[in-house]
Amino acid sequence: MSEMTYEPLMVEPAGVPRGRAMVERADWAARAYAKYDVATVNRIVDAAASALAARAQEFARDAVAETGFGVVEHKVLKNIACSTGIVETYRGQDFVSPEIDDINKIVAIPRPAGVVLALTPSTNPVATVSFKIILALMTRNAVIISPHPMAKKVCAAAAKAMAEAAVAAGAPDGIIQIVEDPSIPLINALMTDERTDVIVATGGSPVVRSAYRSGNPAIGVGPGNVPVLVDATADIQKTAARIIESKAFDNSILCTNESVVIAEDAIADKLLSAFAREGAYVLKDEERDAIRSTVFPDGHFNIKMVGKDAVWIAEQAGIKVPAKTRVLVAPFDLVVPEEPLAHEKLCPVLGFVRVPTAERGIDVARAILRITGAGHSAAIHSANPELIMKFSAAVPVLRVSVNVGNSLGASGIQTNLPPTMTIGTGFAGRSSVGENLQPKHLLNYTRLAYNADAREVMPSFAGLNPWSSPTGPVPAYPLASNDRANAHTLAPIHREPISQDVAELRDEIRKLIVEELHALIKN
Amino acid sequence: MTQEHVAAPEFDYGLFSYDSKEQMLDKSKEFWNPGKTQFWIDSGVPLVIDRREEYFIYDMSGKRLIDAHLNGGTYNLGHRNPEVVQAVTMAMQHFDIGNHHFPSLARTALAEALIKTAPTGLSKVIYGSGGGEAIDIALKTARHATQKRKIVSIVKAYHGHTGLAVGTGDDRFSKLFLSDRPEEFPHVPFNDLEAMEDALRGRDVAAVIMETIPATYGFPLPNPGYLEAVKVLCEKYDALYIADEVQTGLMRTGELWGITKHGITPDILVTGKGISGGLYPIAAVLATEKAAGWLNEDGFGHISTFGGAELGCIAALKTLEICSREETRSMVHYIADYVAGRLAAIQETYPDWFVGIRQNGVILGLEFAHPQGAKYVMRHLYENGVWAIFSTLDPRVLQYKPGILLKPEVAEEMLDRTEIAIGKAFAEIRNERKSA
Repeated sequence: MSEMTYEPLMVEPAGVPRGRAMVERADWAARAYAKYDVATVNRIVDAAASALAARAQEFARDAVAETGFGVVEHKVLKNIACSTGIVETYRGQDFVSPEIDDINKIVAIPRPAGVVLALTPSTNPVATVSFKIILALMTRNAVIISPHPMAKKVCAAAAKAMAEAAVAAGAPDGIIQIVEDPSIPLINALMTDERTDVIVATGGSPVVRSAYRSGNPAIGVGPGNVPVLVDATADIQKTAARIIESKAFDNSILCTNESVVIAEDAIADKLLSAFAREGAYVLKDEERDAIRSTVFPDGHFNIKMVGKDAVWIAEQAGIKVPAKTRVLVAPFDLVVPEEPLAHEKLCPVLGFVRVPTAERGIDVARAILRITGAGHSAAIHSANPELIMKFSAAVPVLRVSVNVGNSLGASGIQTNLPPTMTIGTGFAGRSSVGENLQPKHLLNYTRLAYNADAREVMPSFAGLNPWSSPTGPVPAYPLASNDRANAHTLAPIHREPISQDVAELRDEIRKLIVEELHALIKN
Repeated sequence: MTQEHVAAPEFDYGLFSYDSKEQMLDKSKEFWNPGKTQFWIDSGVPLVIDRREEYFIYDMSGKRLIDAHLNGGTYNLGHRNPEVVQAVTMAMQHFDIGNHHFPSLARTALAEALIKTAPTGLSKVIYGSGGGEAIDIALKTARHATQKRKIVSIVKAYHGHTGLAVGTGDDRFSKLFLSDRPEEFPHVPFNDLEAMEDALRGRDVAAVIMETIPATYGFPLPNPGYLEAVKVLCEKYDALYIADEVQTGLMRTGELWGITKHGITPDILVTGKGISGGLYPIAAVLATEKAAGWLNEDGFGHISTFGGAELGCIAALKTLEICSREETRSMVHYIADYVAGRLAAIQETYPDWFVGIRQNGVILGLEFAHPQGAKYVMRHLYENGVWAIFSTLDPRVLQYKPGILLKPEVAEEMLDRTEIAIGKAFAEIRNERKSA
């Protein structure tokens, strides 16, 4: 049976078919990589991470130059934390080999998602690209990066550096790809492509919502708006140092940077003085009003302010502040939706609200999160475990940083949470993931389960491993079949475990991370 | 009042219709080509291609086949590739065939794109409406450039059926039409350098024409170094080297042009079939500045109304762009690698039957231990949902030509079906031998 079909003329914007080609290539690469063994996977992960870390400085500088926001030295730190740092965090963990549970007679075989589509933001460009690539490589997935258009050049350079290193270490061709010229139709095509196995979306709400609408499995995270409660039991000097350092970090463009400090009346003045000593400038009422109308003209956030430094922002508002000012503290009274200063501020302007009691502060924190940021993070500085428990149970977030700056606390860099660039906001934040994004989120397991009857004995599976890595390039270069003996004449891929240089570099980097974190904390 | 109901024809294609497949085949014999129509019925492949998309073709009966023939690479990008369809459909809002007398927008654009992606040294493009014409152009160009007449090709070569091209090929097609001209078209055995040198020694040869891998002969692979040595001989004896890349071009070997894998810059390169995107006929000859001298001497030297039709140029431009993508190249390598692995495993199961695999990229010749072996396999493949054709000039060998954009799951399915078909063909041959 046949009938004539007239399909309507479908006009696709340039770039869309090319995007589909990337997904097809990724599909082939993912199938190959899903069979690799853990030793080779580790070698590939190390190579890719080191390639990024070795150029952390360059990529940090280029990211600030291209986007116009953030702080170079803070981005260097994040670039390292999200490459070799992440690798160190998970070193020794195996997301590849089967896990045997002899007692329950279950063997779990890791099964990668396949093709991961990773959407990355402008605010944290290279760190997020690196983070998602490393997670994908650890779990034997292929990854396609769709960077924010504002940061596309630096992201492409970073992803290519990692891709080259990964392939040189034996990864399949095309295991890491990046969209060089992102556009809305192209991103939609990638998100809705049935060969995309999971979307990991970090970015603004519209991006995250469309990831969930795509029809494909998605891990998206909502925005933050971090309330910070400081009660009378807190060590004021340390607290002030931590909050200001954290708020100033990368000029406050992270979703984890503090939004509003809620201070118990008893210590509020002391805290403000301590803020001033840490390099914050506490705005007087009329200055606060000027900042409000500069940062939120007509009540809407002015994107020109994103990630700019405090002095520059003050200047735009006609305020002269000391040259070393890192944060502008803006006291206000009422946390309500029509108060712009109670909203997320992607710049070093910190709201400040006084409350008569810490109990009342919990209500205020809830009010802040009603505006935006549910499911994300909050912080508390206190020596009172009862209050900390009460606060944590009452505010609708999935992580509470205690006695630590939230920007590096919630993201697991200064706490023992899993280090991440993607904060799962859970059901409250309309996300499928409530934890910090980590390798396990890109994996499923096939569980082979024996008859529970004790008479059915599960034999030993120890040492059985279904995975093995190829010894040559993947795929093999298509030599003529009567000429394959000459394959050795082609340059072999470099497969030594990790060269001395790289090992040294890794030690260097490890030292650097420790030093920088130390300096950060000391500050 | 009674109303008469006339049953609508079952196969309605708008401008024409058929009541049944049988009726269609009868008319095919009556009005079109009785020999060919009957041949396929007798071969157990009564295929009349109806619906087509991606790498799938559907018989009028609705039977689906994975296309591993691609009509010699014509459907390299799949059937009705959406990107090429879109490009040509859009182009129809502005372009038509064009007027071959004048400088042309689309011809020039395609020529530039071809030269930019071609082996270095090739600098001019001449268009034909099909591969045969393009070969004729190449041979005429070589004759003009060298002012010599002889063209050397290999025994069992196939370069098309037009006036000069047919002379380079097997006698079967030239003698039928009293068109064989052995004195002008000496044939030498493939992979025989001595014979080649003997043919060239007289310095009276305009060109050697070689398919980079001879398709219709079942893709026998050039011995390592053979093509390179032929090129050296051409230089030694002042003959041009014409690379017929009709079936080996457009990324089928894992590089855009198969000849570049040999490090050879041909004097003339011919492309056809796949360059059309399977949608609008076009073929092209690429020549070096030196070879293409006649374009300066008499630009009207070869005239072809449909050669380089502008709509064809659009199809070709899009095709070339798709073939040249980094992603496409990567996928071809994956496909070639996967197919090689699966076929090797099948060969292990049937070592005495499936005796050889000739492969370069996604160009494959599968050898079977029976003089007509590929015809058996072809028929069982057809029954099992894959379309691949035997080699006309060596029916032991099946031409097996997967597409360059084949998806992994379709590749898997194709090999699953192939494995079954090879086994069944073997069983049939064994039964025949037993009962014989």
